[in-house]
Amino acid sequence: MNDLIAYQQEAASVWEELNSNDMPLITVGNATCGRSAGSIDVVEAIQAETAEIGIDCNVIEVGCIGLCYLEPIVSIQKQGQPMVVFGNVTLKQVKKLVADYLVNDQIPPKLVIGTIGEEKIGDVPKLFELPVLKPQVRRALKRCGFIDPTSLEHYLANSGYSGLTRAFDVGPERIVEEVKLAGLRGRGGAGFPAWRKWTFCREAESDQKYLICNADEGDPGAFMNRSLIEGDPHALIEGMIITGYALGASVGYIYCRAEYPLALERLRLAIQQAEENGLLGVNILGSSFDFKIKIKEGAGAFVCGEETALIQSIEGERGMPTPRPPFPAVSGLWGKPTIINNVESLACVGLIMQNGAEWFAEYGTEKSKGTKTIALVGKVVNSGLVEVPMGISLRELIFDIGGGVPDGKKFKAVQTGGPSGGCVPEELLDIPVDYDSLNEVGTIMGSGGVVVMDESTCMVDFARYFLDFAEKESCGKCVPCRLGTKQMLTILEDIVEGRGKPEDIDLLEELGEAVMAGSLCGLGQTAPNPVLTTLRYFRDEYEAHIYEGKCPAKQCKEFITYHILDSCIGCGLCLRNCSSNAIIGEPKKLHWIEQELCHKCGVCYEVCPPKFFSVEIRTGELKEEPA
Amino acid sequence: MTKEYNLTIDGQKIIAQEGTSILDAALENDIFIPHLCHHPDLKPEGACRLCGVEIDGGRMVMSCLSTVGEGIDVKTDSSEIRQARTIAMELLIADHHMDCLACAAANDCALLDISAYLGIQPDRLERLRPSDKGLPIDESNPFFQFDPNKCVVCGICVRTCNEIVGLGALGFINRGFKTVIGTFGNKPFTESICESCGECVVRCPVGALAPKTPKFAAREVQTTCVYCGVGCGIYLGVAGDKIVNVRADRERPTNEGSLCVKGRYGFNFINHPDRLTKPLIKKDGEFVEAEWDEALELIASKFVQSKGDKFAALASAKCTNEENYLIQKFTRAVMETNTVDHCARL
Ligand SMILES: Cc1cc2nc3c(=O)[nH]c(=O)nc-3n(C[C@H](O)[C@H](O)[C@H](O)COP(=O)(O)O)c2cc1C
Ligand code: SF4
Ligand code: SF4
Ligand code: SF4
Repeated sequence: MNDLIAYQQEAASVWEELNSNDMPLITVGNATCGRSAGSIDVVEAIQAETAEIGIDCNVIEVGCIGLCYLEPIVSIQKQGQPMVVFGNVTLKQVKKLVADYLVNDQIPPKLVIGTIGEEKIGDVPKLFELPVLKPQVRRALKRCGFIDPTSLEHYLANSGYSGLTRAFDVGPERIVEEVKLAGLRGRGGAGFPAWRKWTFCREAESDQKYLICNADEGDPGAFMNRSLIEGDPHALIEGMIITGYALGASVGYIYCRAEYPLALERLRLAIQQAEENGLLGVNILGSSFDFKIKIKEGAGAFVCGEETALIQSIEGERGMPTPRPPFPAVSGLWGKPTIINNVESLACVGLIMQNGAEWFAEYGTEKSKGTKTIALVGKVVNSGLVEVPMGISLRELIFDIGGGVPDGKKFKAVQTGGPSGGCVPEELLDIPVDYDSLNEVGTIMGSGGVVVMDESTCMVDFARYFLDFAEKESCGKCVPCRLGTKQMLTILEDIVEGRGKPEDIDLLEELGEAVMAGSLCGLGQTAPNPVLTTLRYFRDEYEAHIYEGKCPAKQCKEFITYHILDSCIGCGLCLRNCSSNAIIGEPKKLHWIEQELCHKCGVCYEVCPPKFFSVEIRTGELKEEPA
Repeated sequence: MTKEYNLTIDGQKIIAQEGTSILDAALENDIFIPHLCHHPDLKPEGACRLCGVEIDGGRMVMSCLSTVGEGIDVKTDSSEIRQARTIAMELLIADHHMDCLACAAANDCALLDISAYLGIQPDRLERLRPSDKGLPIDESNPFFQFDPNKCVVCGICVRTCNEIVGLGALGFINRGFKTVIGTFGNKPFTESICESCGECVVRCPVGALAPKTPKFAAREVQTTCVYCGVGCGIYLGVAGDKIVNVRADRERPTNEGSLCVKGRYGFNFINHPDRLTKPLIKKDGEFVEAEWDEALELIASKFVQSKGDKFAALASAKCTNEENYLIQKFTRAVMETNTVDHCARL
């Protein structure tokens, strides 16, 4: 224990020095989102550029601060100045940024996003005052994007492992009690109270217990857990050690998909650092508690995020869910009591032990406490990773933080909870984001994926898309899920392709309810959500497809036609681009589309210059009577 | 002693042993609950979702996964249960290659039994989109074939090969609707580790895994398999003067319903034209058919000249224990040598 305290002090001074040094500190967002925007090259370019000019500076690579749409993000702190954050710093911009700001103290207005610190620089806004960040409360993600995730010292200097030392001081019962007082509900999907699950496991008699961290994150478009691990891996390790201690488990597994190579690399290093510093292994910090963490790489099947399938997968079997009971808390991995918690849930355990239950429960609603990380994606201006207090409204989330819908389009619906979540229409945007309110309107919190849709989204096609995912990811074990999702998918395909039948709407509802009620695991039990909620809130779109031969969003090819309007000046752009030779017309004369030849690729609509705006999409024309 | 519980199923009072599933308890008492993925020899799976029941008026639970308890009141039917079962069955039928007339399992098919029990209606089926998988049939095995278009993916074959045979030749392949049963790498059966025991074939509830020669027997004769010393209990199916099939005896403690490839499928030799039915004696370098008396006399005369170290006896595993005992006794006491062995490896 004393060693750790000494190390914490040492780390604090390293951190202090880094931040108050006369050498400028440059941080570059280098998580997966940054890397896909080219941050690795940016780091190298900054190092090369500063070396060339002869400026001594500290360049560190940090995780994601959540503003993924602005990556690569570079922040520069010069002595006596607040930190200035720049966005979209591509390779080409590096020279300019270094020359302008580092050398000449001129802030390039096109790149700057905001400042961090007490003082202001000119009219540059403070980063956390920006509309995208102001409503956010960054707790689980507090260190992400600010510390070097490969540095144990950085973690220690920012209250790291203080939760663990406190946990050893107060003992397992008190930990469970605090987690209960904090009201922590599982962040992985079901929102089950963590303490209650733990209690089943604690009460189970066994010589061996296991803790598993679920880092499978199989929802398409979700990246909350990945960002957390990439930006702050020790937060997860600390949460796991505390939880393992509370449960009496001596082995922890992290089940992380192999498609997350950077997260896995960060975890491996963090585990090694923790082992080297007596935070993992035998007699941790003199507490006589032994704990080790193993990593199991998953092959990227959505169903392997389901608890029992995940356990099968770790055991080397095909990842297929097994019936519960027995619940894993009583009989799980290798038949031993096992607790499975999500990455964020475990990071929250660390936070609760660091700051106390009351602090944690400061935010949230009566039954959903704390904050929640959310991957905000789709038709929204500011897509990225956000952390909000539970209970914030969907409207604030989408329009304040997300900045609303881009390109002047109208908002249509939002899907919460990943592929098996339901969608919520505009009228319900004022409901709070918490487990129970979302359930009431037919959707789920899930692990925190939020997909925004605008008026150009066809809701039937949206439902088809997610059913297609569920059908393909179903493990195939139980009849309602394997065959019911396929049947629903075929019907939806028929509807969007013009073969819908009047009785299909009732049939979809009947099948959807049967799949939910009859399936063995959560995948089947929630898979029909996108269909059932669109039937609930956008039934008219289904009816338009089936009865009127129309796709109101003008998306489904079967129901649309392209037309050239009188405003056409005969520039010939569309004609040259049409691969079906369906456009006819002489230069400088009105063109027209031969409907029989048109394949509805939409290229004419794309290329017609906005000033003419001569191509129109119509629906419900040239359509025979529905079969 | 195992505890016994008193319970009621559909108003019928029943006594069942602790640990028995509600489904087994019901079936033992002639109460039918539809099921596809359950088999009494195997661990419950809970996959087909057809065996739902209500206990004490609560939520529907799968009766294969729930065990009996003292005083519980089980209902095997209600409108909710019927709806769930009907939809699951309709989905299965829409997905099934219904060529019942030509199917080997037609007189013993769980899908047809359950459809009849539920009263599946054709007009409701018409609403569904039938699947047309058109997957190839694996006919590689000489004794049975596998038609994935008829498979209901109950997993009974997989569990049989794992739990009973201990071989694990089968598994699930692909995900979602494309999930099929197959050998490692989805190779033909003959290119896998399958031993052709047919244990999976006899447990398949439909005609997906079916014997190649489904000959109907007029009557059955209970006997013991002659292949080896284990002595598995079998029923020989007889039609006219021929043996047409073999079925394992579930009551025989030696095999409890299991057989190996030879016991189950190796009966062709009985009526085979090449089979020896008379003794042959080599005369002038040629085998010539003889009568039994002549043959036995010849053997006896040669035995008399061959006592002691000249003689060795090799007994057959196809003989019974008593016959084997007699051979060794004869070898030692009459032929005066200890050189006696037994193949026991057939
Ligand atoms: C199909 C399916 C996929 C799931 N995927 C994940 C996942 O990727 N990550 C996760 O933490 N939980 C996932 N869950 C939820 C887990 O089964 C489980 O409830 C959760 O990991 C428990 O942790 P928590 O209580 O901390 O939320 C999934 C559930 C289902 C049914
Ligand atoms: S609900 Fe779907 S994923 Fe879950 S066990 Fe059944 S088939 Fe598998
Ligand atoms: S025939 Fe026997 S060995 Fe072959 S798959 Fe079936 S059970 Fe397994
Ligand atoms: S082959 Fe038969 S036993 Fe095997 S899964 Fe298919 S239906 Fe079930």
